[in-house]
Amino acid sequence: MARKLKLRIWRGDADNGGLQDVVVDANEGEVVLDVIHRVQATQMGDLAVRWNCKAGKCGSCSMEINGKPRLACMTQVAAYGDDETITVTPLRAFPVIKDLVTDVSFNYKKAMEIPAYEHPAELKPGEARMAQIDVERSQEFRKCIECFLCQDTCHVIRDHEENKKSFAGPRFFIRIAELDMHPLDQLRNRKRTAQEEHGLGMCNITKCCTEVCPEHIRITDNAIIPMKERVVDNKYDPIRWLGSKIGKREGME
Amino acid sequence: MANLERYKYDVVVIGAGGAGLRAAVEAREAGLRVAIICKSLFGKAHTVMAEGGAAASMGNVNSGDNWMVHFRDTMRGGKFLNHYRMAELHAKESPDRVWELETWGALFDRTKEGKISQRNFGGHEYPRLAHVGDRTGLELIRTMQQKIVALQQKDGRDHGDMESYIKVFAELTITEIMKENGKVAGVYGYWRESGAEVLFEAPAVIIATGGVGKTFKITSNSWEGTGDGHALALKAGANLVDMEFLQFHPTGMVWPPSVRGILVTESVRGEGGILTNNLGERFMFKYIPDVFKDKYADNETEADGWYIDQDNNRRPPELLPRDEVARAINSEVKAGRGSEHGGVFLDVSKRISAEIIKKRLPSMWHQFYELAGVDITKEAMEVGPTCHYVMGGVEVEPDTAAAVGVPGLFAAGEVAGGMHGSNRLGGNSLSDLLVFGRRAGMGASEYVKKSGANPISESSITAAAERIEAPFSRSGGENSYSLHAELQEVTHNLVGIIRTGEELKNAIEKIAAIRERSANVSVSGGRKFNPGFHLAFDLDNMLLVAESTAKSAIKREESRGGHTRDDFPGMNSKWRQVNHISSFDGNKVNVREQALPAIPKELFDLFDVHELEKYMTAEEVAKGGSK
Repeated sequence: MARKLKLRIWRGDADNGGLQDVVVDANEGEVVLDVIHRVQATQMGDLAVRWNCKAGKCGSCSMEINGKPRLACMTQVAAYGDDETITVTPLRAFPVIKDLVTDVSFNYKKAMEIPAYEHPAELKPGEARMAQIDVERSQEFRKCIECFLCQDTCHVIRDHEENKKSFAGPRFFIRIAELDMHPLDQLRNRKRTAQEEHGLGMCNITKCCTEVCPEHIRITDNAIIPMKERVVDNKYDPIRWLGSKIGKREGME
Repeated sequence: MANLERYKYDVVVIGAGGAGLRAAVEAREAGLRVAIICKSLFGKAHTVMAEGGAAASMGNVNSGDNWMVHFRDTMRGGKFLNHYRMAELHAKESPDRVWELETWGALFDRTKEGKISQRNFGGHEYPRLAHVGDRTGLELIRTMQQKIVALQQKDGRDHGDMESYIKVFAELTITEIMKENGKVAGVYGYWRESGAEVLFEAPAVIIATGGVGKTFKITSNSWEGTGDGHALALKAGANLVDMEFLQFHPTGMVWPPSVRGILVTESVRGEGGILTNNLGERFMFKYIPDVFKDKYADNETEADGWYIDQDNNRRPPELLPRDEVARAINSEVKAGRGSEHGGVFLDVSKRISAEIIKKRLPSMWHQFYELAGVDITKEAMEVGPTCHYVMGGVEVEPDTAAAVGVPGLFAAGEVAGGMHGSNRLGGNSLSDLLVFGRRAGMGASEYVKKSGANPISESSITAAAERIEAPFSRSGGENSYSLHAELQEVTHNLVGIIRTGEELKNAIEKIAAIRERSANVSVSGGRKFNPGFHLAFDLDNMLLVAESTAKSAIKREESRGGHTRDDFPGMNSKWRQVNHISSFDGNKVNVREQALPAIPKELFDLFDVHELEKYMTAEEVAKGGSK
């Protein structure tokens, strides 16, 4: 039951480019990535698109579909009307390399700026004991497949290249939250450095990141807001402020 | 070449999945400078798709478990064709490798006592798989990715540059392993983004490129599984061992067509999922082979009882090793008892509550709901076999992961052969890549410290560059996409889950014909991020792998594990003593027989002699293992 699908694909590179219309067969049950692959195999052999697992687990095929940041492998063609043209464009927050492929190296640079996990020195391999309920908070954030859709949609950087230097973005706020809530991590002051070095304060909790997350991670409610609240508590509560000065640690953790 | 991008490293790791990253960590911690090269972005390797868990006999859930039980299970699963030493190292070392991940920040699911939880899986006698829901592979790869960052941060503090000792080169394809004076000297390749060529000079190269699934039409593998490492090793003079053994995972999705082949984790069965045909019959009871009769329940009451009381009931037959379950599903479908779309039914909804399904199998729920419109908490899934894993691979020295015959070359993970024999148990892959990834890193480090630099000659560089340019210099030639599709048809129809000598003969001729045509592939467009250009090289690798598989399969006149011959349906203990060694003469793949290393007495004695009689010849059993 193939149907003729009208697809509008952005093609080009950093210097110039534009939308091109194609008509391609689409079969029952297919996702947008399937029809892009069909265009590639039959009409545009050099059409650039990233993908890997095709099952929503690796976060490679991120693009904008009718203007919305989405995974092409998890977007059913049938979700769009029979006569509707589906427009696919590269992620807007990152520089275009070619066609649907963008330069996402910004994210890998930010990843390198987040201080790593620190294991308790006295705890030997195999000795760790943690309750399931305590690991689940961090596990929610470790579901992240690094598709960077949250980074793409975040208005702090989407059209503000100038903010990228001082803003790590939602992907890395959940990374910091994950480490902060890790039952064994030894590094102190993660919340404060999130605020002071990674731009947590620039987020004004519009929840756009949570809305686009294909893993349904509650980025804003479970990571960003709790960290912001604790930062505020620690900064403005005089007893905690005093505690932090005497005990060389961040308030009451 | 004057403007060629050049690097010098101690060790180059090709592949950034679990094995490659574990190898890189080890080599860096041994003090070496390491380059990690991956075809995709960092963190996207196929390891992220591993769902069920990492098998390690920690004994957290059943204290009866230990390395000897794990070793026995692994050998049984592989039908005793495994390299005993690899299976031994794997069983002994995997607990330490899992615990080590925890010290790097991994968060596995927990038992009530707060230890790492372990789940049941096919062929494993006890609950053994450390897991995180059904996304264990993602946890492994992210943990090691973050461990690499931790090492880089330390280098930043110690040396002023985070990338001074370990650097990731993402979206770069290697086309050649360079040798000088008979030893590894480096690798050559191109940036996928720009098409520009790159040379890495390094005395040691670790291949960790994963599998070959894209050679087949229905596969759980991503585009990356094109057998690059297998082909690179062959061309560099290394051997492949037992390439006839491919694992068809019993449960891939079958509907809709666009998701055909995508993996449905074995955890569904580990958590109690049952398989039925279109008559509603729980058919696996009919397919318990003689060698497993004393371990698996032959009736529903006992099979169901096992989930509550494992000491007094035998295991349900849904948890037989993967080769058995895949063949059983294939037979049911062929006999006309399949589902509407050519699979069978897998149902977990009747056994556990919707809430627990969503908690223990979250990505399965999501995958079926989003891609197939099926709610697995209420209805059955349609599933069928999908090409999942290659047991065959580069022939290595077990302790060092050194490739036999090529000084400076190492291989670990799926690309290496021997560990899993004729069939891999689920869960043994994630532990394999940790154990042998580390050993490859150690082996390469030892090697580099003994051997000096091995400079690459300009003539080798020119030859490598010409090879990359070739598809652009032709016009109007073959299209790599259509040749790839033709190859997949041939392997699917003639080298698939059930084989015959006649079909394999036919396949070998057809693969040779496609290979001849592939020499004439031309590419449209420029060098910049051009998938048609990339596929031209991947295709070349897949063709070599397919040739090796077909030529090994036609020689093995028996059925064992991931190799089933309709014309030789039984297992033959004479063939258990034979490994098939593929080598490349520059023109074609040649396959010869080699004796399987004999199992030493102390490992032989771990088994009941009556069990060994089912696999070994009478002389072997009488000998009682090598001294």
